[in-house]
Amino acid sequence: MKDNLEILVQAVEGDRKQVFARYGKKPSKAIGERSIRWILRILGGTTVGITGLIIYVLVSSAVGFFQEVSVMDFLTGTKWLPDGDDKEFGVLPLLSGTLMVAIGAGIVAIPLGLGTAIYLTQYAPNWFREVATPIVEVLGGIPTVVYGYFAVVTVTPILKGIFGDTVEPYNALSASIVVGIMILPMVSSLSVDSLRVVPVSIKSAGYAIGMSRFHVVTKVIVPAAFSGIVASFILAFARAVGETMAVSLAAGSTPSIDWNYFEKIQTMTAYIVSVSFGDVAVGDLEYITRYALGLTLFILTFSINFIATRIVRRFREVYQ
Amino acid sequence: VKSFDASRYRRYQIYGITFQLVCLVANISALFFLFYLLADLLAKGMGGLSLEFLSGKPDLRAEDAGIGPAIVGTLWLMGLTAAFAVPMGMGAAVYLEEYARNTRFVRFIKLNIQNLAGVPSIIYGILGATIFVDTMGLGPSVLAGALTMALLVLPVITIASQEALRAVPDSFRLAGYGIGMTRWQVVRYQVLPVAFPGILTGIILALSRAIGEAAPLLLVGAAGFISFVTQHPMDGYTALPIQIYEWTKRPQEEFITIAGAAIIVLLVVLLLMNALAIYMRLYFRRKLSYLHS
Repeated sequence: MKDNLEILVQAVEGDRKQVFARYGKKPSKAIGERSIRWILRILGGTTVGITGLIIYVLVSSAVGFFQEVSVMDFLTGTKWLPDGDDKEFGVLPLLSGTLMVAIGAGIVAIPLGLGTAIYLTQYAPNWFREVATPIVEVLGGIPTVVYGYFAVVTVTPILKGIFGDTVEPYNALSASIVVGIMILPMVSSLSVDSLRVVPVSIKSAGYAIGMSRFHVVTKVIVPAAFSGIVASFILAFARAVGETMAVSLAAGSTPSIDWNYFEKIQTMTAYIVSVSFGDVAVGDLEYITRYALGLTLFILTFSINFIATRIVRRFREVYQ
Repeated sequence: VKSFDASRYRRYQIYGITFQLVCLVANISALFFLFYLLADLLAKGMGGLSLEFLSGKPDLRAEDAGIGPAIVGTLWLMGLTAAFAVPMGMGAAVYLEEYARNTRFVRFIKLNIQNLAGVPSIIYGILGATIFVDTMGLGPSVLAGALTMALLVLPVITIASQEALRAVPDSFRLAGYGIGMTRWQVVRYQVLPVAFPGILTGIILALSRAIGEAAPLLLVGAAGFISFVTQHPMDGYTALPIQIYEWTKRPQEEFITIAGAAIIVLLVVLLLMNALAIYMRLYFRRKLSYLHS
């Protein structure tokens, strides 16, 4: 059966040599079949082209920027002053803004998302799981600009109520909270996926040697799903790093390196939006900065995602 | 051998109950966030909703402003985006699942698609601004916006289509080859009809992601304030999320109200699209139930 299937596939794919050898007969070379195959092959390759194009556009324009500003100044400078007479292009203030929001969002999303995932897979009655899972997913489907609105209109007034006027109208904390809520379903649904494939047998083994339910959950099931859980954290973190609309609405537009969550900050993405949507002339140094920042952002998220897939592949326990 | 330790047993039980409670609280708070945010949105935005709001044009005075051009612009965007991204995404998926052999290059393409889906949307904005707006000279047109959006949703549509194609049982293909069909005939008459509902669901979900996306559009020149309705692909445009962004940025209370109203409209559209996706999945599952019996 397997053998026949292979011959069949070879015949249809036009692997001529092997089919010739077996049947001594020419396979179909109909022009229609071949042109369709080529069209599809080109479409399949398009995605690689897109990646190539992204890298080409970012790198070729960023090179122009780095001829004006040295890479070291860019990576280690602590001041971001793109306009005015004394221009300085140190990425650290923008990078720290980005990391502030991403870490703050992680602090919100990781415990809540993991707790949700553990409850849904280990404890929840069926009816609750069936109701709660799609509702949590809805949080991930809400557009990011809407989260920006929530941060400005709903969350910041609450923070002001709690912490008083030290909270500025635009602040890193409100952005972190809404981005955290936004990535929560990502953490929980990816963790649920990895918790659910832990086989019943090792759970039963835990009970059989007299472990309590608490220990079975925390010492057997969660460790067994650990690679998937960590990957979910990392992927959610990458998403928070690339988040744009919520932070550009809620976090303000003042680059800062102070790590004060009550003050306004600026992230890399928010700066890219402000420079693209403002009145900066095309070709200005200030305009080209977005390619340098875009490249930084691309490298950052790409390597984070790459690490996540590596972790899953390297540490995944394969269960039969 | 230690004897049974009742106090330790009780202590573990307390740990267990506490842990379960903590997890429950985490879950409930996620649900609470959603309901609280939506309730606050309804309280603040309902007042701005009216028929004039849906059809009116943006205005400097919040009371007279509407989202007519934004709705039309969003429709243009989604229509053109689908026209570009759907055939390309489906074609790529058919190639990868039905034609390509498992070579190193094909594995590289698959990994690359996964990675593309994780690239921040604003990077696509930079790409679109450079290639479509500047280099190709399309300017800040709805066509340039749609092409940019198409690049953004392409990996999502491809992945969804791949999954739908993978779910088609091999017996269908073998039956086709068995009666002498060519590869394309098998794809066209055996595989695609069965995979279609899954692909369609994926397309709707991808577009529902695109419809709320604002970041790339800001970079390719969507207008924050236009007083005309988009007429043709080279026209300027605005879209619902852009309008929401513009109004939320303003400090005045009235603009917050109409931003809230626009968000309600956007969320209702999203809800309808998701409901359609779920309905279609259920409908086709029933229709194709012979597959599973």
